[in-house]
Amino acid sequence: MDDLLSEFLTETSESLEVIDSELLRFEAEPNDQGILNNIFRLVHTIKGTCGFLGLPRLEAVAHAGETLLGRFRDGTVAVTPPAVTLVLESIDQIKALLGHLEDTAVEPEGDDSELIGRLERAADGELEGAAKAAPVVAEVPKAEPAPASATDKKPRPDNLADDVRWDEDLGRELRPGEVSLAELEAAFASVEVEDFSNPPDVTEEEAVAEAPAEPAPSAKAAPAPVMEADAGEQEIRSEGPRANQTLRVNVDVLENLMNMVSELVLTRNQLLQMVRAMDDSEFKTPLQRLSNVTGELQDAVMKTRMQPIGNAWKKIPRIVRDTSNDLGKKIKLVMEGDQTELDRQVLELIRDPLTHMIRNSCDHGIEVPADRLAVNKPEQGTIVLRAYHEGGHIHIELRDDGAGLKTARIRQKAIEKGVVTQEEAASMSDQQIHRLIFAPGFSTAEQVTNLSGRGVGMDVVKTNIELIGGAVDLISREGEGTTFTIKIPLTLAIVSALIVGAKGQRFAVPQLSVVELVRTGSNNENRLENINGTQVLRLRDRLLPVLPLSSALKLGENEDAGKNRFVIVMQVASERFGLVVDEVFDTEEIVVKPISSVLRGVTEYSGSTILGDGSVIMILDPNGIARLAAFDTTKAGNKSVVEETRKIKERGAQKTSLLVFSAGTDEPKACPLSLVTRLEEIESDRFEMTNRGPVVQYRGELMPVIHMSGHMKANENGRQPVLVVNSGDGVVGIGVDQVLDITEDVLKVDIGDDTPGILGTAVIGGKATEVIDIGHFLSQADYDWAEAMSDDKKKEQKSLLLFESHAFFRNMLAPVLQASGYKVTSVASVEEAVALEIEPGDFDVVLADVDNDAEARRFMEQLSTDADWGDVPRIALSNREDTVIATDFAGCVRKSDRHGLLAVLDQTASLKGKAA
Amino acid sequence: MSSTEYITLWIGGQLFGAPVARIHDVFAPTSITPVPLGPKEVAGLLNLRGRIVTAIDSRSRLGLPPREDDTAIMAIGIEKGSESFGLIIDEVGEVMALEDGDREDVPSNLDPVWAQIALGVYRLEDRLLVLLDIDKILSFDNDAETDRAPKAA
Repeated sequence: MDDLLSEFLTETSESLEVIDSELLRFEAEPNDQGILNNIFRLVHTIKGTCGFLGLPRLEAVAHAGETLLGRFRDGTVAVTPPAVTLVLESIDQIKALLGHLEDTAVEPEGDDSELIGRLERAADGELEGAAKAAPVVAEVPKAEPAPASATDKKPRPDNLADDVRWDEDLGRELRPGEVSLAELEAAFASVEVEDFSNPPDVTEEEAVAEAPAEPAPSAKAAPAPVMEADAGEQEIRSEGPRANQTLRVNVDVLENLMNMVSELVLTRNQLLQMVRAMDDSEFKTPLQRLSNVTGELQDAVMKTRMQPIGNAWKKIPRIVRDTSNDLGKKIKLVMEGDQTELDRQVLELIRDPLTHMIRNSCDHGIEVPADRLAVNKPEQGTIVLRAYHEGGHIHIELRDDGAGLKTARIRQKAIEKGVVTQEEAASMSDQQIHRLIFAPGFSTAEQVTNLSGRGVGMDVVKTNIELIGGAVDLISREGEGTTFTIKIPLTLAIVSALIVGAKGQRFAVPQLSVVELVRTGSNNENRLENINGTQVLRLRDRLLPVLPLSSALKLGENEDAGKNRFVIVMQVASERFGLVVDEVFDTEEIVVKPISSVLRGVTEYSGSTILGDGSVIMILDPNGIARLAAFDTTKAGNKSVVEETRKIKERGAQKTSLLVFSAGTDEPKACPLSLVTRLEEIESDRFEMTNRGPVVQYRGELMPVIHMSGHMKANENGRQPVLVVNSGDGVVGIGVDQVLDITEDVLKVDIGDDTPGILGTAVIGGKATEVIDIGHFLSQADYDWAEAMSDDKKKEQKSLLLFESHAFFRNMLAPVLQASGYKVTSVASVEEAVALEIEPGDFDVVLADVDNDAEARRFMEQLSTDADWGDVPRIALSNREDTVIATDFAGCVRKSDRHGLLAVLDQTASLKGKAA
Repeated sequence: MSSTEYITLWIGGQLFGAPVARIHDVFAPTSITPVPLGPKEVAGLLNLRGRIVTAIDSRSRLGLPPREDDTAIMAIGIEKGSESFGLIIDEVGEVMALEDGDREDVPSNLDPVWAQIALGVYRLEDRLLVLLDIDKILSFDNDAETDRAPKAA
């Protein structure tokens, strides 16, 4: 494309944006000649340049638009919304033509005579009517020309308002901007179309003067009214002083400059590191100077990239205007902080999401005037768009005073669309429900409008914002409105990062998402613990899901769990999680380089960078990592709800997490995972002999260790794999040869075996596996437990109904009870219990957790009043002494007291038989 | 008849040729940073005079076994679009001018992976030279996508 044309395109698209917003201002203040003159001048320039470049089609449209504007200016045509709409339409057409021009460098084929015709008609002196046309009409003038076929003339109805124009030929009201056939004929008869007063703008740029193909010779001849001089003066006043202080620079040049500065920064860092290693170097002073200059240069170049956010907002007034017209709503747009500066790149990236959100607010947020009046709100809705700096971020707030989100509707829709299950939705707060609008494939628009509601909505917005390291959230009150908040980084080019290590490899974590660093270790109060194979961190009495970086990136498993590590607590949107790393090195300012195209599919990285020492490292993408962490948790969550409900129906055939290992022989052995507190590998030389057998110092205590096969057998690394089991009074280690797997299966012990320590054989993962009686091995260290377990073995299998709404405790308790010989059916809610059609005859005992759970208490009360259930003994699980609502419970046990629970269960389960 | 200059390379005992015009650099790659979870063809990233270069392992790309000793490997620097790549090879040979007319089509029975990256074959006096399609050898996005697909689901 030739330079002249590309320059024209850039300049024109900028002018058009200004025209857009100026026109809207003008519509509101039709008497402000300054605004009108500005618009007129811009359109005129476009027209002139088109003529110069030989773009007849563009020129014709611009000319027609200019003519109408000229009429506004000399007062022949009044400024009305329909007339402004018409001008806007011509601007849109110009934009469309420009778009084509940009793609192909030639004007598209086609004909704009229809639009030009309408513009000309509107500009025509006789079009007083257009000016008077009812401003309430929200309809955009239609493209089809008025059909002239009407033969029977319809008289004007009497009840029409005076300012509605009636065309007797058409038998309907005239649309805004439309002329009656009679008027049109008269107009054609009396005026020559091209003969408008179109005075040349004396202060106009050379382009016009030089334009050899200036198309309207009549225009030049026309006398310049006094107003023209006025316009010239205004331009000089408003535009003159600024013109020479700015320079148009190609963005590529800036990008290139930025890249070079980044390189310079890196080289400086490298030099600094080298010189720091030398004790007394003559380079020190000059290097210090170089360092300062580089820093300043970096700041200065960064500044060239900064642009006021208002640039991304230019189109918004137009969008709000058009949308509100289309929907018949009245919306006021308030924009605050449009001078807030941010990086050009970021600006480009938030433009579209923002536009989409504005549309949503107009479409779904603000109600139609009638609805607003009905709830005592002003007829006109308000949308406030606000931007401000805070803590290295730009905050953008989009607030409307509309209807707010309809929580019930969203909940229902989310369930219909399968975004969440009924159970999940029931336990979610209103805020959480509202956030579901960001979920993929979610759209609540009951009626699909041409503006929004196609189901590709807020999830795309959210993704786009997260792509640039930002976050979006919302607060909504039904009936009062919705506020969206977007938080985005100022720049993407240079970020502060934490350099961490995992498995000997270094990675950079953007500091923005790091909340804190926690040191963990076996002797530390912040311990990493396992629940069902998932690691969590106990942090200030809260549990934080953690994800080892080495396993997230599949660098290999951590063989040494007791080692000191670091947990980086990260916050991504509203999610908080920990990333476990081996080492934390340093924080460094890094220049983010885009990730190579062949690595685009790897969402765990946001880029790469060169460190001060010259090595390349990968930058982790907190969002990508969070998805990994979230993926795991949602999977677990879904399983507990969906799968369990299904499993419960198979009564007693619930899946149990099982630890599969080998000991002594090659055959796999297994035990319920929930019985094992931790898995450790302990160096063989740490075992010490006592007269009761080997012990090891473990977390400041002595832990007796028994090997399942009778003698210790370390693996090739000189370590002994140990299952750490909490016996209630302390921990006991059980040595095995090798931990093979953690799996989920139905634990159905087939054959009772007489071998001590083996409960029987079960098919686990398709293989016959010996199920180990952990209690037997504990007995060597803990007598009580052994007693309880041996009793269990003797009794026949009893059925137990476990009511526990907490998934965590349910998963903990069920396997323990199963291992103790109960057939366990667990339910999480009354609905689930009802859905299972439980029969009192099926159960020997009911166990319910009544702490903090009104539903469980209600359930128990219901059972106690039910005649059929009356004789099934009920046991309450409670940690509070005073909860013993002794009346109806056969017993009350503390949650943590496993011995007590088993003992009480054993006693009461046999009661039923006696009572019956 | 016109001729083109090629740089000859050895990958896994086979002689290849790459057009000299596309090669920006020949260098010995050092301290390559691996990219966990990345496609297997990506050996890692390295710093070549302040630029981040994506190192592609030609052996893995061609489905060859990894080299046993990674002592004296070489790489050729290639620009593709705005990105820099380094194709890790076993050895660099010489520069030779070959007549365009002597180029023969890729034999139809060649392994599909090889056929995809080969532009043609030259019969040299003592051996065959496979002409590399530089752009093809650097693109394997589809493979990477399928690798990731189950995870994204």
